[in-house]
Amino acid sequence: MELTGSQIVIEELKANGVEIAFGIPGGAIMPFYDEILKSGFPHILARHEQGATHMADGYARVTGKPAAVVTTSGPGATNIVTGLCNARMDSVPIIAITGQVATPMIGTDAFQEADTYGCTIPVTKHNWLVKDPRELQTAVREAVRVATSGRPGPVVIDFPKDIQTMTAEYIPHRTQETVPAGDIHNDAPELDMQAIDQLLEAIERAKRPIIIGGAGILKAGAAAELTEFARRTGIPVINTLLGLGGFPGTDPLSLGMPGMHGTAYANMALCECDLLINLGGRFDDRVTGKVSAFATKATIAHVDIDAAELGKRVHTHIPILGDVRDVLLILNTQAKERDISAWQDQIGEWKREHPLQYDRDGSIKPQHVIEQIQEVSGGNGIYVTGVGQHQMWSAQFLRFNEPNSWVTSGGLGTMGFGLPAAIGAKVGRPDKDVWLIDGDGSFSMTLVDLATAATYNIPVKVAILNNAYLGMVRQWQELFFEKRYSNVHYPENPDFARIAEGYHVRGFDVKDVDQVRSTLEQAAEIDGPVVMNFHVSKEENVWPMVPSGAGNSEMQLGPPVSEERT
Amino acid sequence: MRQVFSILVNNHAGVLSHVSGLFARRGYNIESIAAGPTEDKEATRIVIVAFGEKTTLEQIARQLRKLYDVREVQQLAYNESVTRELVLATVWADVTKRTEVLQIANAFGANIVNISDETVTLEASGNDHKTRILIKALERYGIANMARTGMIALPFEGMTEDWEPLA
Repeated sequence: MELTGSQIVIEELKANGVEIAFGIPGGAIMPFYDEILKSGFPHILARHEQGATHMADGYARVTGKPAAVVTTSGPGATNIVTGLCNARMDSVPIIAITGQVATPMIGTDAFQEADTYGCTIPVTKHNWLVKDPRELQTAVREAVRVATSGRPGPVVIDFPKDIQTMTAEYIPHRTQETVPAGDIHNDAPELDMQAIDQLLEAIERAKRPIIIGGAGILKAGAAAELTEFARRTGIPVINTLLGLGGFPGTDPLSLGMPGMHGTAYANMALCECDLLINLGGRFDDRVTGKVSAFATKATIAHVDIDAAELGKRVHTHIPILGDVRDVLLILNTQAKERDISAWQDQIGEWKREHPLQYDRDGSIKPQHVIEQIQEVSGGNGIYVTGVGQHQMWSAQFLRFNEPNSWVTSGGLGTMGFGLPAAIGAKVGRPDKDVWLIDGDGSFSMTLVDLATAATYNIPVKVAILNNAYLGMVRQWQELFFEKRYSNVHYPENPDFARIAEGYHVRGFDVKDVDQVRSTLEQAAEIDGPVVMNFHVSKEENVWPMVPSGAGNSEMQLGPPVSEERT
Repeated sequence: MRQVFSILVNNHAGVLSHVSGLFARRGYNIESIAAGPTEDKEATRIVIVAFGEKTTLEQIARQLRKLYDVREVQQLAYNESVTRELVLATVWADVTKRTEVLQIANAFGANIVNISDETVTLEASGNDHKTRILIKALERYGIANMARTGMIALPFEGMTEDWEPLA
């Protein structure tokens, strides 16, 4: 049947399982928005295009499904570059549809023209500039396939205004066409059974084995398989920042997060292990610290769906290309139970000696707020963060018991990610309580989308850990720049509770530690978005810390505390 | 090390941007790049000579294979492939030097495509080794202008495993 370009895109998005769009209209995308209205395609109107991409990002992380982001040309498109880059770094599928000036105008510096195709090459898995309506159906189908297959990632379809109204033949339920391509779609490469045997042998020999569970565990839907593997073999599990939730945080075998702000015991285990099994992590520099000092005593095995990650940063003895779930299914039928109790006891001792801890001095400690959120929510919510100190404390002190219950910007470290990502997460999982733990700096960057939460009554619970600083930068300046605090202080922070009220969102201002719990409980009961501005102790630091460029063994534990808490 | 990458790509708009952009943003060094049609009108072959550590060269190949429009990446070893480059060079050669320059051109099988009062322009093709020696020989006269196509390459067909490569 003959459809307009706009109709083809809507139909093909629906046919490929895309159920919702986040975006903002503008001149060059108006025909498409007209079709969004006519077709009734679900759409959330954001307040900033960057926010729209983070919404789609949060939505995808908790549902595993891609959402569309729709923007106009020029500034609408350039505003999504940060969000796409963030999704690219964390392997999150997003289908961005950007308006473009009409094809005869391309290249003439027309009003609101930007080279969206050129701008988004480095921040997408692939992108298309569609100049012929007959190519649209295949482009959209391929876009969804590329975004969701293999190692997922964002894609862009740049959609000129004249193509939106031109017509072309649309074939409903068209079967998959194969576009000749290399490894990009390879969801399930043929497994190297010899390498898997090597890994099984290494497991049998190992006296001090450790598992790193990365984001790949969650993307592959392998949390249950990882849990079975760890419990069967007794091998303790470290989860990377993006891998948190891939293994129950309350399990005795869980060591929490490794690396720069990881737990002391995770880093000690990494330094001492004789076998390191990295399942779907990418050996990020925040995990490894100085590579030459990383896991020096260990045989290193690495399972990844992306061949380019194998051996990229860390020399790997047993590289295994494949879907981590496929590999775990084999391991679970073949790995034998082993007695590694001496190693488990050693780790238990490290846990007792070096628990996560903080001083309590009567002020509101950020870690305390996080612990209270864990308790009030029963640990069953979805937890979202911005980027900075609050993010690291959240990663340390929350205990995730379900996969896909943790939404955080890892690779790119995008401040401002939190609020829109929380909105997207709540849209994706309306059955879950969504808690945003944010910093005053991060929150300020995208707080405009409070209006979106209010408009659609998306009940996200926002806890700002407000120390009136860009806290992580301040911490580095304190530790590595002799306390020269250069441009990190926000002494005249706005009254975030009143800001919230201005957006028709309930606001609480909390200065007293005794009000923390009751405020959180109240917030949990409110049917609508809530902003809680917690005035936390200003110069609290995140410990432990591995200084940038140092090895994990050079971890600093921080000053001693009067009362230990684990 | 230097390595020749023969990259077969879909003949789509923007594919060269994707390939060259990958080198730029990941900090890989390109020595030359040449692109042209193949026997399949839907495909283009891009030949890139890159240099770097062995692990970097392997990483380049793996990153290239992740690009949507890349069908195949071959890392060609010198002794398993034929490589060619076309060089156009205008050399300072007035009447006193002209005979010498023409002799060099003759020795390398280069064609003379122009002669002026002051210069001789020659066209030479050959593998990496030959073009390098020729250019070195011409440099003592002074090269006024030079353009090179960059290397193109194909693997040798019909090589069997019992062919011992020369060290």
